[in-house]
Amino acid sequence: MYFEVRGEKTYCSNGTGSIDPNRQSVVFVHGAGLDHSTFVLASRHFARQKFNVYAIDLPAHGRSDGAALDSISELAKWLRDALENLEIKQTSLIGYSMGSLICLQFAADYPEYLRSMALVGTSIPMPVSDPLLNAAKDNSHEAFDMANTWSHSKIAQLGGNENPGISMMMSGQRLLEASREDVFFADLKACNEFTNSLELAEQITIKTLVFVGDQDQMTTPVKALKVAESIPNCEVIYLSPAGHAMFSEHPNAVLDGLIKII
Amino acid sequence: MAKPSNFKFDTLSLHAGQRPDPSTGARATPIYQSASFVFRDTDFAVGLFNIERAGHVYSRLSNPTTAVLEERIAALENGVGGIATASGQAAMHLAIATIVSSGDHIVASRSIYGGTHNLLAYTLPRFGIETTFVDPRDSNAFKKAIRGNTRLVFGEILGNPGLEVFNIPDIAEVAHAASLPLLVDATFATPYLCKPIDFGADLVMHSATKFLSGHGVVIGGLLVDGGTFDWEASGKFPTLSEPYDGFHNLNFSEEFGPAAFITRARKEGLRDFGACMSPTTAFQILQGIETLPLRMQRHVENTHGVIEFLAEQEEVEWLNHPVLESHPDHQLAKSLLPKGCGAVFSFGIKGGRDAGIKFIESLDVFSHLANVGDAKSLVIHPASTTHHRMDADALEKAGISEGLIRLSIGLEDITDLTADLKRGLRSSQK
Repeated sequence: MYFEVRGEKTYCSNGTGSIDPNRQSVVFVHGAGLDHSTFVLASRHFARQKFNVYAIDLPAHGRSDGAALDSISELAKWLRDALENLEIKQTSLIGYSMGSLICLQFAADYPEYLRSMALVGTSIPMPVSDPLLNAAKDNSHEAFDMANTWSHSKIAQLGGNENPGISMMMSGQRLLEASREDVFFADLKACNEFTNSLELAEQITIKTLVFVGDQDQMTTPVKALKVAESIPNCEVIYLSPAGHAMFSEHPNAVLDGLIKII
Repeated sequence: MAKPSNFKFDTLSLHAGQRPDPSTGARATPIYQSASFVFRDTDFAVGLFNIERAGHVYSRLSNPTTAVLEERIAALENGVGGIATASGQAAMHLAIATIVSSGDHIVASRSIYGGTHNLLAYTLPRFGIETTFVDPRDSNAFKKAIRGNTRLVFGEILGNPGLEVFNIPDIAEVAHAASLPLLVDATFATPYLCKPIDFGADLVMHSATKFLSGHGVVIGGLLVDGGTFDWEASGKFPTLSEPYDGFHNLNFSEEFGPAAFITRARKEGLRDFGACMSPTTAFQILQGIETLPLRMQRHVENTHGVIEFLAEQEEVEWLNHPVLESHPDHQLAKSLLPKGCGAVFSFGIKGGRDAGIKFIESLDVFSHLANVGDAKSLVIHPASTTHHRMDADALEKAGISEGLIRLSIGLEDITDLTADLKRGLRSSQK
């Protein structure tokens, strides 16, 4: 469905479900350069389970118009505006990678909106390496190659997808390739410049679930576990072998975990 | 274009899509010879049917062994996904049926496999789908043939029988300018020699019976989605960009993004047309692909040896292969197929139809049969077999002379191959 945020046409997938104001909501926030399709399986599950599902395309991503926002705090404010416009009073919030930072900031700033939260591939801070940042700045294809390769565990780079016949590597690659010029850089810059300390996580009061991939090179297990340890009411699901792209590498285990918290 | 994996082609040929079996530790891909798969619980079962869970339901839709093959070909072709089918023809049909409907139109190269020509020229018109055939070397002809109702552009990487090298970048540009996808049959090249998606093709199909298998013991096809075509922006593909009643209003482009085509092809095409591949066949094709790089190197090496030999034989009237400087596509082949142009080619024997028959009947190492891409060398004389009802004029119109011999060069010792051919050529003139 399309709706407006700050005057810009904005898209969110409802998982082919309907919206009923009497139902509970689930909001998904994607990672750098990605879009709502990251969450297709989980979105469809919660839609069937009669949740109002909103897998949002951030500004300039996927099907949403507008310009990319280059700070996590601004993205968190934008998310609040989006929820307001969707008339969502309370929701479960699921964030992947950069989306997890947006969720963390949102949870700290606007806890009244949240029922529960899941973070998949997270880290505070979330530094981005210079080669990746510079390649993204140049809109070089190498940025996609680096990010996509580093997002998958070594074994997943060879395949073995639970989802029959689908290449995890190429699906991730094509999604990044579809991103608009400068958008991937804006996202990575926002992650890199997210300077909050773990004190941010300590402020979060809602029930939280953190997914940790044992081979995650983008948000390492050590850093992800520190985030989890800092959140007072937090559980951890440790996936192995798993890289950063856990929705792709372990779709069933991730969904099993989400079902427990939503 | 994308170089997404650190793993190289030879490694992917052996490993892509497969991990050691988690329950038994089996290193080889197990043959999961099971029609159906037990559900974890009722909710998981619903989730599988509703595309919210990953896994297998019924082997017409997917199977763990077949899925390894599908992922492997996707990895080798740089596609987002693959589907294994009962035959190459089934892969072709699945590609068309997923995006082309009654009242639509296809533009195809006229130098294509006879079975594909039959499908496009005679069978699909019964279902309201017309095809215009054009010269594969003339990108302008493709452009001119495109109509408002055209939905697909198609060609073979190496044309039949002239081995025209399909100018994928040029034809892709023509197709994309008209918001149309380009489908390439890459059977004769395999991804070892050419990856059409890297040159601009959107969809790739194979008869896996041929070089991918190499052993000639199974029939199978493969369809790969590059994930590169924007079906929604095109505005011409409602099967992918509008809600589908047959799947509870699922909009494939909206939900699956780059994997829209391959998801619809599986969820509708395999479900409804049912031309799936058996797991045992998939296993056998996987055994072939494991050695694809090594075999293709040897196929090409032997082919060059045979061409050099034939070029010096007085019984040979003409010789046609893109490796020859005299071939019109010699330069294009260097750019699209730098490792070689495959192992199937034709030559003309002096003496026409009768000489062709004598030649064929004198060979011992080459097998006389209607197939290509086997590890064993193969030969056929169209004028006395596949096209035996045609007179000289009709053959000429089909681009086939009475003395045309088609060879598929195998992996035998080159000296045995040339000795066999030498015997055949001498006998043909007696």
